[in-house]
Amino acid sequence: MIPFDPLPLAASASNLLAAREQMAFTLGFHIVLSCLGVALPATIMVANYIGLKRGDDAAMELARRWSKAMAVTFAVGAVTGTVLSFEFGLLWPQFMDRFGSVFGIAFAIEGIFFFIEAIFLAIYIYGWKRLSGWAHFWSGLPMVITGIGGAAAVVAANAWMNQPQGFTLNAAGEVIDTDPLEVLLNPAFGYEVPHMILAAYMVTGFLVASIYAVGMLKGRRDRLHRLGLLIPLTIACIATPIQLFVGDTAAREVADHQPAKFAAMECIQETGTHQTEYVGGICTNDGVKLAIPIPDLDSFLVGWSADTKVIGLNDIPADERPPANTLLHLSFDAMVGIGTALLGLGAWLAFVWWKRRDIPQTPWFLRAVAVSGAGAILALWCGWIVTEVGRQPWIVQGYMRTEEAVTEAGGIWFSFGLVLLLYAALGTTAILVLRGMSRRWREGQPEPEGTPYSPPEEAAP
Amino acid sequence: MSKADAAAAILWVGATFYALFGGADFGGGFWDLIAGDAAKGERPRALIQRSLTPVWEANHVWLIFILVVLWTAFPPAFSAIFSTLYVPIALAALGIVLRGAGFAFRKLVVTLTGQRSFGAIFALSSVLTPFFMGAVVGAIASGNVPADGNGDAFSSWLEPLPLLIGAMFVATGAYLSAVFLVGDARRAGAADLERYFVRRALAAGGVAGLAAAAGLVELHAEARYVFDRLIDQGLPLVVLSVLCGIGLLAVLLRGGRRPLRPLAAGAVVAVIWGWGVAQFPYLLPTSLRIDQAAAPGPTLDIVFIVFAIAAVLVLPSLALLYALSQRDLLEH
Repeated sequence: MIPFDPLPLAASASNLLAAREQMAFTLGFHIVLSCLGVALPATIMVANYIGLKRGDDAAMELARRWSKAMAVTFAVGAVTGTVLSFEFGLLWPQFMDRFGSVFGIAFAIEGIFFFIEAIFLAIYIYGWKRLSGWAHFWSGLPMVITGIGGAAAVVAANAWMNQPQGFTLNAAGEVIDTDPLEVLLNPAFGYEVPHMILAAYMVTGFLVASIYAVGMLKGRRDRLHRLGLLIPLTIACIATPIQLFVGDTAAREVADHQPAKFAAMECIQETGTHQTEYVGGICTNDGVKLAIPIPDLDSFLVGWSADTKVIGLNDIPADERPPANTLLHLSFDAMVGIGTALLGLGAWLAFVWWKRRDIPQTPWFLRAVAVSGAGAILALWCGWIVTEVGRQPWIVQGYMRTEEAVTEAGGIWFSFGLVLLLYAALGTTAILVLRGMSRRWREGQPEPEGTPYSPPEEAAP
Repeated sequence: MSKADAAAAILWVGATFYALFGGADFGGGFWDLIAGDAAKGERPRALIQRSLTPVWEANHVWLIFILVVLWTAFPPAFSAIFSTLYVPIALAALGIVLRGAGFAFRKLVVTLTGQRSFGAIFALSSVLTPFFMGAVVGAIASGNVPADGNGDAFSSWLEPLPLLIGAMFVATGAYLSAVFLVGDARRAGAADLERYFVRRALAAGGVAGLAAAAGLVELHAEARYVFDRLIDQGLPLVVLSVLCGIGLLAVLLRGGRRPLRPLAAGAVVAVIWGWGVAQFPYLLPTSLRIDQAAAPGPTLDIVFIVFAIAAVLVLPSLALLYALSQRDLLEH
């Protein structure tokens, strides 16, 4: 029995760091799987539709394989998502105590979407053999809609943390009234939600395409591999230009509503007009080092004129400035840079397709596609670093500091260490299992039947 | 009934579904764990896997439903429970991860060693997870969670009553699962497996009943408020649960075929609502009342709307999933 004592301040600060690290790590792990949960259903549906409509066996086989892979990623995503729900209470009990009645509204709605997605996902994944072709296809469509709806609801909750509204506090700081519509349709909802949904389609599309690009580089150039590359890549390449437009809008909104975040991600030290855009570099108190400076561009991007005033960190109170400005700046630049490179990849595909109705023949195209999946995931992580680290020291912008929200429980570093080990094993195993499935498909081996632990002597015919 | 009471009722509806379906899934893992070596346990394990595969993720969502309703409608209760009982809650979360991953991976590996390893992870965590969840519920019922949270991290649940409730959760899941599997074995035309699970249903029912009886004694000692209301306002539900249990026992001993599932479910549902009635009007006996913990009205309205949508959309979808699964239209 360890008697509980209020933690000394140093221990509480240590808890804050451990809790933030654990939250960031588990969220970063889960977000990749949720991207697949949001966008893989649509990718599968496209292959399934082509397969049914044109009697295309390769497309049908792709839909079947992708749905089997989705069974794995969805299972891992369901449990890692559950961990996040637990972490709200385990790591941030004060936050939930004060704002659960506001923050929870979006999650209550998300619950419905997730429920329906889980149900129809099961029907679709396990309905291949015994449901008729079109009935099976239609059973999969609810996944597409609920994936998008669920993402919108969850991101609405995060958007609310960035631009909170729709609640009334009493003198003690307790929530005494809420306006659910205001909470959901907060100002950040409009750009964060499409930004994330498009990101999910990009991550999924480029990731799946990159797997088939690797296969084609190894000389597997059959119709299955070409379609397996083309279907997801086309979806991702359609999403990318829209994403750059949405992201550009989002950056301007952040400049208007979260100036501290914007100043940190652009390394702006002094408020003023004619702000220089720095590409890359290291942020220091006296300017950006080792960057490529482009005069006036930052002001221009914020307000379409070099005379646009942009707030610098000097106008943000010292205790309200985000930490790790170089991390924020480089994350933002990496996200934009990768997004732009992916746009170029899409343009390459579109140009060659327009000319020759074929994918580019050079291996350099396949190599580019092969790394695009990892690139898209990296850009996704960078974007979340900008959003979340950029909001610090706030958990609810302007209302609650993260240090006020963190748990007083002991052992958070221990739990973070355990989570690191557990997730490393989980991620490695999931990848090994998926690779094993892929190898069996390639070699035409039958899938393991539903007889766990069948002893070898009985397994022999 | 006030809005806050109605939201608490919704929480209990979620808990009921989770106990019935999630509980039975945990129980499946329990029977998998003790099914013996690869040769002996092959057929029961195959039946369990068949029943679980298409439905376990959907059943698991009821837990998310409970968490979300709790933190949205009753934020102070959620915060108090999680800041006090973080040890068993974190262990339950660990169990959930291992169980889901173990189950999903087991079907996809080909080697016997691989299947055994993932199977063992799945089965062991299927026992530990409901145990720690039961300990959390037992600690709440014992009144060990202070309204302001940050109660003692260990003595709050390392007491006889929470540990007994943990054991009762494991036994009840095993009981429900065995009864459900009797029906599944019958549909599959496997008479020997039917008898196999009838024996196990009887044993698990006996253990669950003993744990419940011991729980009553401990309730009397440790949680007097809950005990007094349970044998007063909650008495009809206690009686109903006992009658369902005896009825099921009679049907099973006579080798009867029905009604098995309604009786098993009835016994469990009556206990859950009996617990609710016994705690009323407290969420955390006897420090936090439902009305004290409740969120502002508009937030509760959203909970009602979400619940109504769930009733209209989710329940029929679930029914469709179960119907397809029970008619063997889904693979496993």
